[in-house]
Amino acid sequence: MDKFRMMFQFLQANQESFMNGICGIMALASAQMYSVFEFSCPCMPEYNYTYGIGLLIIPPYGFVLNNNVSVLAEEWKRPIGKRHKDPTILRYMFCSITQRSLIAPAVWVSVSLMDGKSFLCAFSINLDIERFGNYSVMNGLTETDKLKLLARIPCEKLFEHQEIRVAATIYIKCISQACGWMFLLMMTLSAFLIRAIRPCFSQAAFLKTKYWSHYIDIERKMFDEACKDHAKSFAKVCIHQYFENISGEIQTLHHHRSGKNDSDDGEEDKRSDEEKLMGIRAQDDMNKVLRNWHTCKPPLALRKEQMEGENNGKLNGNAMGAANGLVNGHTHEVAKKEWAVYYSKV
Amino acid sequence: MERLKLVLQYFQSNSESISNGICIILALVSVKLYTSFDFSCPCLPQYNKLYSLGVMIVPPIILFFLGVLVNRHTGVMMEEWMRPIGNRSKNPAVVKYLFSAMIQRALLAPMVWILVTLLDGKIFICAFSVSVDPALFSGLPNNTGLDVIKIMAKVPCKEDIIFRNSSFRKAVSRYVSCYNLSEHTNTFMYLYSHEELLSALSMGRLIKPYFDDHATSLQTRYWSNYLDVEQKLFEETCVLHARDFARKCVVQFFEDMREDAVLRLPQPLFFRNSREEWEDKEEERLHGVSKQEEVDQLLNKWYHSKPELDVTRMAHRPRTCVTWEDREGRTLYSDV
Repeated sequence: MDKFRMMFQFLQANQESFMNGICGIMALASAQMYSVFEFSCPCMPEYNYTYGIGLLIIPPYGFVLNNNVSVLAEEWKRPIGKRHKDPTILRYMFCSITQRSLIAPAVWVSVSLMDGKSFLCAFSINLDIERFGNYSVMNGLTETDKLKLLARIPCEKLFEHQEIRVAATIYIKCISQACGWMFLLMMTLSAFLIRAIRPCFSQAAFLKTKYWSHYIDIERKMFDEACKDHAKSFAKVCIHQYFENISGEIQTLHHHRSGKNDSDDGEEDKRSDEEKLMGIRAQDDMNKVLRNWHTCKPPLALRKEQMEGENNGKLNGNAMGAANGLVNGHTHEVAKKEWAVYYSKV
Repeated sequence: MERLKLVLQYFQSNSESISNGICIILALVSVKLYTSFDFSCPCLPQYNKLYSLGVMIVPPIILFFLGVLVNRHTGVMMEEWMRPIGNRSKNPAVVKYLFSAMIQRALLAPMVWILVTLLDGKIFICAFSVSVDPALFSGLPNNTGLDVIKIMAKVPCKEDIIFRNSSFRKAVSRYVSCYNLSEHTNTFMYLYSHEELLSALSMGRLIKPYFDDHATSLQTRYWSNYLDVEQKLFEETCVLHARDFARKCVVQFFEDMREDAVLRLPQPLFFRNSREEWEDKEEERLHGVSKQEEVDQLLNKWYHSKPELDVTRMAHRPRTCVTWEDREGRTLYSDV
């Protein structure tokens, strides 16, 4: 039990830390991608703004996709069947997916704001050169020419007046960094308000939605596992039957030759495979199972009789319970000996 | 691999050491953040001081909130503070202890940022270059046509063209950093003493028993750790329960779909395979809670009316013992 507990603790911690690790890796990946990406401003009045702001906003959308979205979509779209839909659970799943997938885009946006190149590209045409000193560069130019000149500021090789360029770069970078820090502050504050202040409101409902959203996730995994097991057993039995049909005599001969032990193991395997099939033995039945899983999900109520039935089966063969008297061994392999069994509570 | 698992388990079981580890990691992150941050003073008279102040204040606030967020004790403390009384009385000392521990840990990363910023000195040059008297230094570039104020504001910017081939900028920078370091030593000392205070607080834990009620503080520490472990275990039990519930639900669904009733063969006692043992353990873990309403009720009650801290019933549950005797009455085996 201890070993299982430790393993499960590790796995569960692994699952949570796995998701957190994925978030961290995506964040690092987005920072790395930004540093690898070669930013090249077009340096033309018509395209600067689009390029600068576009590069700030569009790449983050690529990070928003998450494979948990399919679980949410399935739960949202399914017909009601025998199980009611709870909108709070859908909301909770949506919120947690959103929170996780917003980390990498936030990292991209803050890194690019701290770097300042996007802002420089987008807003160089809005600069007021007079602020940086008395420069006579702009005298005697038409409006269009002024704009074209300002648009070339982000490109080092195209703009001749280095002192203006340096001053403008530093100025816009400073504004960009201020925006970046404000953005980080806002994100941290909102995360703080959501995570730390939430226990003040509806904690009981939160426990419930957390449990059932995790349940939906795990039920899907269990169903996939059960289908895989069933498919495996189905295939085994199907192939076994095929061989039996094609060459029945050879199969029997093979069994006689190899002796009793093999037949015992073979019988046991066959029985466990049959059990794993759970009575679903035809293609149409399986299709019905798969169709009903989506259109008519079962209610969240386990039958107690089923559990008790299994317990009864064990009572007959086990030394458990409060019954007094003789217990007979029910196995046909062990010789029937009678033992007196006393039950005492210590 | 086993050793690694043991180490991980140790760290996971001791929540205080996890919190300390995370706190130190956050402090390292703040240092790394400062070194990778490209400090660029705007070099304009109106904005220099504002920028420096911003760099000094905003990141520590962000780091503080991050420190509060990543600390597990925050959630435990808020839950313990906000819960209804139920069957368990509330102990305000525990909440206070958790709060102070959380605040202490969250303050480390901001202090480290402020310290690193001050030690680096760039922030001084940016903020105070405008207030230096240029007459103290020779080599002031006066051919650019700019005001003196604007020239002094440009001192923090190395790349600026007006300072090329001039030692004026370097002289002023050095003067500013040393001057401010001495003039603002009291600020520096204040911050340094705050660091000392933090370490003293942790030292205080060692000498506290001699001056305080040791028993009370032991109790407070015990129960705050207990709350943390209890919450973790509850979540773990919920996860295990959900897993078994899901497994049973799926099996039940498959079995409901079959057309004919197939009798399940009774399992002989000595040929139980591992799958049966697995099912045994599963039903134990369901603890009889097998319906949606029952689960909802359980979770509701856990919040509204936490159970009392008394496990006598479970710890001393009567255990069924079996004694095997043969025909003559000789005891062959006994659990007693």
